[in-house]
Amino acid sequence: MDEKELEKMSPVNEDEIAEEKTEPAMGNVSEAAETVADTEKPLDKNLKLMSPTRMVLRRFFRSKLSIAGLIMLIALFAFSWLGPVVYRRWGETETDYTGATDYSAIEMTDGYVQIIVTDNGINMLAKPSGDHILGTDEQGMDIFTRLMYGGRLSLTISFLAVFLTSALGIIMGGISGYYGGVVDNVIMRICDVLMCLPTLPLMLIIGTVLDANHVPTQYYIYLLMGILSLFSWPGMARLVRGQILFLREQEYMVAAEAMGYSTPRKIFKHLIPNILPQILVSMTLSLGSMILYESTLSYLNLGVRIPYASWGTMVEVISRRSDILQNHFNVWGPSGICIIIAVLGFNFIGDGLRDALDPKQRR
Amino acid sequence: MFKYIVKRIIISLLILLGVSLILYVLLRCMPTDFIEQRIVQLKASGQDVSDEFIQQMYKTYGLDGSILQGYFTWLGNVFRLDFGKSFINQRDVLKEIFDPDKMGTSFFVAAIATVFEFLIAIPLGITAATHQYSLRDYVVTVLVLIGISLPSFFFGQMLKDIFANKLGWFPVSGMKEAGITYASAGEAIGDYLRHMFLPILTVVILSIGARMRMTRTNMLEVLNSDYIRTARAKGLKESVVIYKHAFRNTMIPLVTGLAGLIPSLFSGAMITETVFDLTGIGSYALNAMTQADIPVIMTYNMFLAFLSVMGVLLADLMYAVVDPRVKLA
Repeated sequence: MDEKELEKMSPVNEDEIAEEKTEPAMGNVSEAAETVADTEKPLDKNLKLMSPTRMVLRRFFRSKLSIAGLIMLIALFAFSWLGPVVYRRWGETETDYTGATDYSAIEMTDGYVQIIVTDNGINMLAKPSGDHILGTDEQGMDIFTRLMYGGRLSLTISFLAVFLTSALGIIMGGISGYYGGVVDNVIMRICDVLMCLPTLPLMLIIGTVLDANHVPTQYYIYLLMGILSLFSWPGMARLVRGQILFLREQEYMVAAEAMGYSTPRKIFKHLIPNILPQILVSMTLSLGSMILYESTLSYLNLGVRIPYASWGTMVEVISRRSDILQNHFNVWGPSGICIIIAVLGFNFIGDGLRDALDPKQRR
Repeated sequence: MFKYIVKRIIISLLILLGVSLILYVLLRCMPTDFIEQRIVQLKASGQDVSDEFIQQMYKTYGLDGSILQGYFTWLGNVFRLDFGKSFINQRDVLKEIFDPDKMGTSFFVAAIATVFEFLIAIPLGITAATHQYSLRDYVVTVLVLIGISLPSFFFGQMLKDIFANKLGWFPVSGMKEAGITYASAGEAIGDYLRHMFLPILTVVILSIGARMRMTRTNMLEVLNSDYIRTARAKGLKESVVIYKHAFRNTMIPLVTGLAGLIPSLFSGAMITETVFDLTGIGSYALNAMTQADIPVIMTYNMFLAFLSVMGVLLADLMYAVVDPRVKLA
């Protein structure tokens, strides 16, 4: 989702606030409230004090969608990381050499039938069976196993890319918003330039440059996504800058100024924690889009290289082989479904977090 | 106001310069340039290629100097409105890109898809907002979030497999039926539309989500404001409250969002076009990219960058027009 849209999204729902108001009477008193009650005897003992974190968690878990998202992601993580430990029958790049002999008959013009017997020994495009839970792909590798290893790679890459992008964005946006003036102007213009650069063509160019420099296949995608982060931080930077510009004018920041706090303390103790909710939401949502991005790159043959597996690489085969597209759904379908589940999970959680962390809902 | 616009245009020009410099340098850094690919082809076809001939080639294509030299030559030509010729077929770049077959196709797909996107997403967003936390809200939210989460290549291929290959309702790919002469203009249009249906459907389903979520959150914000409560207290009909009072204010971000859509109307959907074998500008640019056709790539991307810079400016101006509270400075 676009970062600009994110900034605009801040739903206020009063029915939720109203619900919150009616609940305290029977709610369990939190520990903090109890200690206060013992020492100072507050006027209203029924008042329930909840820490902000608990309030957010409660709102988050009340939404069925965010729970669904959480379950989907936990399942995928378990599948990807624990799966290969439990199911060790095939390796990620192991080819099954127990292929059966293939017969194909061609009718000749003079009435004879020519039978071609091929025996290459590779058990490719096998149907799902006890040996191969989801069958094998065109190179005779077990799809179920590759799905698990592919998940590891796809999820790791998107996490790394999002953390790198966010770190860059927070630093640049923070500097820009806090110092303002010329620094702000320069950083924002750099943002404008980077936002005008088309990402997909850019990745195509950088992909070929990496190819020419003989980057080893297993590091290739990490490098590519790292470079992608160098170009995609402006969204986060703008979000952080906008928030800091707003917070800088608040009374509590004026107070912090008057107390003579150091700049790092003001930034890291007073400003960043207040933007954290928005950053968290934006990061969760971009995790989903990074997975989509990685798979698109792999689909264009720019991402993870065969024999290594990623969900995108496993779908890529249908762009080359229309027979696989039409007859072997088990080769490309499962990885596509995994991509959808992962992205959907991140979107559900991001959506739930946005609603739960919305400061306008907090009393 | 006038001063503001002038200032913004000057900044936009600087941004465009930056974009063009980065793009050009990156393009020239590509390890296999067009000439190399060409020479490999010539050698493969058994021709003798001398070093002089190679030098000559580099010179005619303007790739003999250093990268910066090349950039400034390119820039100078652009100021004289000379965008160069495509390396691949020696046609004028502008004619190539703005070919009704290429830009036209992409624009057609994008325009129709955008219209449907708005027609579907806005009512969905409104019902989801007015029925917040109801079953309807959940169903709509889940469906559009699934739409956002679909990888375009996977979804496109799946639609193609189901509706074109298995059911045969729509043609598999391409722009028109091969080797058919149409009896009438109506038949030709019908055939064209049949070919365009699946690509448009793909684009619409992928893009509805973001727009619907935006409408929903904006609508929720407006519905919670005081003047809506007043309108209800006056005893107005609920439909009047929602469509006359509330919806008008949610239009602000929608209208300004329109300006931001301009580049996407002309950029072409690279992946969708390749999946369905359309000759749109997206798949054309992708092809130019792999063959290092520098004039085409530069012109195409600079055109898009120009549109997006103008789109941002237009969006800000529209804000001031639609919302009288916004002042430009």
